[in-house]
Amino acid sequence: MDPMEALVAQIQGLSSTPGDIARLHIILKQADDSLRAESTRLSPVLGQLAPSEHSLGFLYVLDAFTSGQISKQQAETSVPIITGFINACNAEQIRLAPEKFVLVCKRLKDQVMMLEAPIRGVGPLLTAARKLQLSTEHLTPLHSDFLMLCVLAKCYKTGLSILEDDIFEVDQPRDLFLYCYYGGMICIGLKRFQKALDLLHNVVTAPMSTLNAIAVEAYKKYILVSLIHHGQLSTSLPKYASSVAQRSLKNFCQPYIELANSYGTEKIAELEAYVQTNTEKFENDNNLGLVKQVVLSMYKRNIQRLTQTYLTLSLQDIANTVQLNSPKEAEMHVLQMIQDGEIYATINQRDGMVRFLEDPEQYKTCEMIENIDSSIQRIMALSRKLSAMDEQISCDQLYLSKVGRERQRYDFDDFDVPTKFNI
Amino acid sequence: MDADDETFAPITDEVGANGGDEQRSRRPIISGDHLDIEAYASLYSGRTKIMRLLFIADHSSDEKVGNPSMNLEALRMAYDEIKKGENTQLMREVAQKINGRLGPSYELDSAWCDAVDHRAEQKKEKLDNELNAYRTNLIKESIRMGYNDFGDFYYAHGQLGDAFKSYVRTRDYCTTSKHIVHMCMSVILVSIEMGQFTHVTSYVNKAEQAPDALDSITIAKLRCAAGLANLEAKKYKLAARKFLETNPELGSHYSEVIAPQDVATYGGLCALATFDRTELKSKVIDNLNFRNFLELVPEVRELINDFYSSHYASCLEYLGNLKANLLLDIHLHDHVETLYDQIRHKALIQYTLPFVSVDLSMMANAFKTTVAELQKELEALITDNQIQARIDSHNKILYARHADQRNATFQRVLETGREFDRDVRSMLLRSNLVKHDYNVRQFRKL
Repeated sequence: MDPMEALVAQIQGLSSTPGDIARLHIILKQADDSLRAESTRLSPVLGQLAPSEHSLGFLYVLDAFTSGQISKQQAETSVPIITGFINACNAEQIRLAPEKFVLVCKRLKDQVMMLEAPIRGVGPLLTAARKLQLSTEHLTPLHSDFLMLCVLAKCYKTGLSILEDDIFEVDQPRDLFLYCYYGGMICIGLKRFQKALDLLHNVVTAPMSTLNAIAVEAYKKYILVSLIHHGQLSTSLPKYASSVAQRSLKNFCQPYIELANSYGTEKIAELEAYVQTNTEKFENDNNLGLVKQVVLSMYKRNIQRLTQTYLTLSLQDIANTVQLNSPKEAEMHVLQMIQDGEIYATINQRDGMVRFLEDPEQYKTCEMIENIDSSIQRIMALSRKLSAMDEQISCDQLYLSKVGRERQRYDFDDFDVPTKFNI
Repeated sequence: MDADDETFAPITDEVGANGGDEQRSRRPIISGDHLDIEAYASLYSGRTKIMRLLFIADHSSDEKVGNPSMNLEALRMAYDEIKKGENTQLMREVAQKINGRLGPSYELDSAWCDAVDHRAEQKKEKLDNELNAYRTNLIKESIRMGYNDFGDFYYAHGQLGDAFKSYVRTRDYCTTSKHIVHMCMSVILVSIEMGQFTHVTSYVNKAEQAPDALDSITIAKLRCAAGLANLEAKKYKLAARKFLETNPELGSHYSEVIAPQDVATYGGLCALATFDRTELKSKVIDNLNFRNFLELVPEVRELINDFYSSHYASCLEYLGNLKANLLLDIHLHDHVETLYDQIRHKALIQYTLPFVSVDLSMMANAFKTTVAELQKELEALITDNQIQARIDSHNKILYARHADQRNATFQRVLETGREFDRDVRSMLLRSNLVKHDYNVRQFRKL
């Protein structure tokens, strides 16, 4: 116990100024192994340390405490400890040992999963992610775990709050894939299809040298959401997608591509028949709900097309054109669409007629002006960021060395290296 | 009197009798219910006459109008025509088709066939020897004439591929532009018979590059050939232009290929299907040259005038009358349906253009269909964005609808902004990933 006591005293003593903390860090690193050896006897130590002031020390001890197999009852006790620590810890101290922090949080995630109460991990992980981030544009490994718990716990709104931030800096590509995939699922759950499409698009077109399973699953969902939102699927990936993706993704998603083709024929009966025959496959991928939404969206699209040609139309005619079974069903569909804001119409129940109206948006209100103004500001900021990044890359050492090497093959007379790179 | 009838008829009354009875008395050859085969055939000469007669024979059997007498009549005339020539292959075909139905004088005359074949062999040998002699003497003009003779010989015997090759070989021995033009005309003739219209186009171009040797008749012939090629290639607008540029001196000089009535019909129909109103007026109705052609086929002339003056019912009626006979025409057969559809669509669009609202029942009367059918046709045109309007299906009225430019612009602007936002963000993300990946690789190398 003596080394422990000495260590505790050091932690308590050296946690006040940044210089001390740096020394403490070195000491802690050296003591790491001995801490691990004593893992079973560390709970009283934890009691002696205060998480908010002695965050770094607490972190190391906690790490050693939670390493190794933990049973369900132990998880019951350790989850509150970790939760308390995350809520109270000091962000700067944590950032000195990010890997340990990430490890601890991952263990928290495993434990709440074991306890089958993912919702207990949602709040803490959100706080943890925010504390670990260097800026809101930075992606940490915790983001993906947090989103996974949100999906499992069905807390979509909480997940959305972190998705609103734009991500520009990534440490590990794998984090990004998982983040975008789970983020896409959350947006689908909240029916924000455009955002889901953006996120899934990022996964599918991200640079990768070999195909991974996340990209394949993401592509399947991408196809379905694209059909629901846009009514069509572009058959080839854009040029900037990696060549691996362009070549091989389609082979893994064959049933979905055929679904898209069947959707393109605009015949509902065919589409439904296809879904019937392949129900199992879709179910195995957990996509059956989305597929059903795809079929529903086809009815919607057909009704929307009618708004372009007719001013008024009877419910019976709508039912016939869109191949629904009865005017009652047609009325239900139209009503749903009006409520969702997808078409503008009024239903006259006495005559059984639907009157289609024009989009009442006149683009003259204050809110619209504010909307446009904020969009302009946003895009200008983005533009500035783009130029800044461009400048940064042109000054980057690695880029210059690579370009310089290529250039020198062509001009032998140019000794003045820097001017060659001014395009 | 006719003019008065036509102004009242389409909008309110039954238009069935609109000028129909008076027209029939001055009905020319290509119109009306039944084709006068003799008169039709007299317009043509040479191989095309035979091919046209055979075509009529084949297709008159499966027409709804079709009567077996027309079939037999055509075959009989074909037989007579072939007997005047030297094509034994066609003779066999015709005899087989007649199948003894016309009596003993119209059966396969094997004696005649053998005699012709024998004569052909002899002539071929003679021509061959002559050609070889000329070739050894290296007299350009004679060699050219020799190949020409060969070409003519093969053409008369129905060996079109060899004829084509022979004519093409004369090209190397042509010395004046007159020769070139002669060669081009021969090749064009053979290509049209073979149905290879790409060659027709290229050789027409070739011939037109020698302007000094072209007299107006040859120019007219070349235009017709070009028009035919475009028609086959479904380029109706170009075909119309070519036919309209043909000068009336053509007369019956090109009877081996086309008759002036055909020029009028093809040109008129293609123009109607593809030209807009201004072009129609300037190039067809006011075109003095083309008027000469239209005189030969008054129904087409009436049809075009009706369309221009918005008497759609009578226009469509003329079209309906002509249809049966046009389906028997060898060049127009495949295109009749398409052209008719296009003309009908144009009529519908032109009808709705000047109005803010149109009563569908009146429109259905004008076009002689039911309201339901009309609604379907209009729906197709609206979806295709050819008519800017919307249908009030409850009251059966068509309302014109003009796109609101201001709103559309706002929508586009917002959409563009969103797309830019999305694209740049994902691009920055991707470049970050690439940089990271690159850094990792570099550090690994170091």
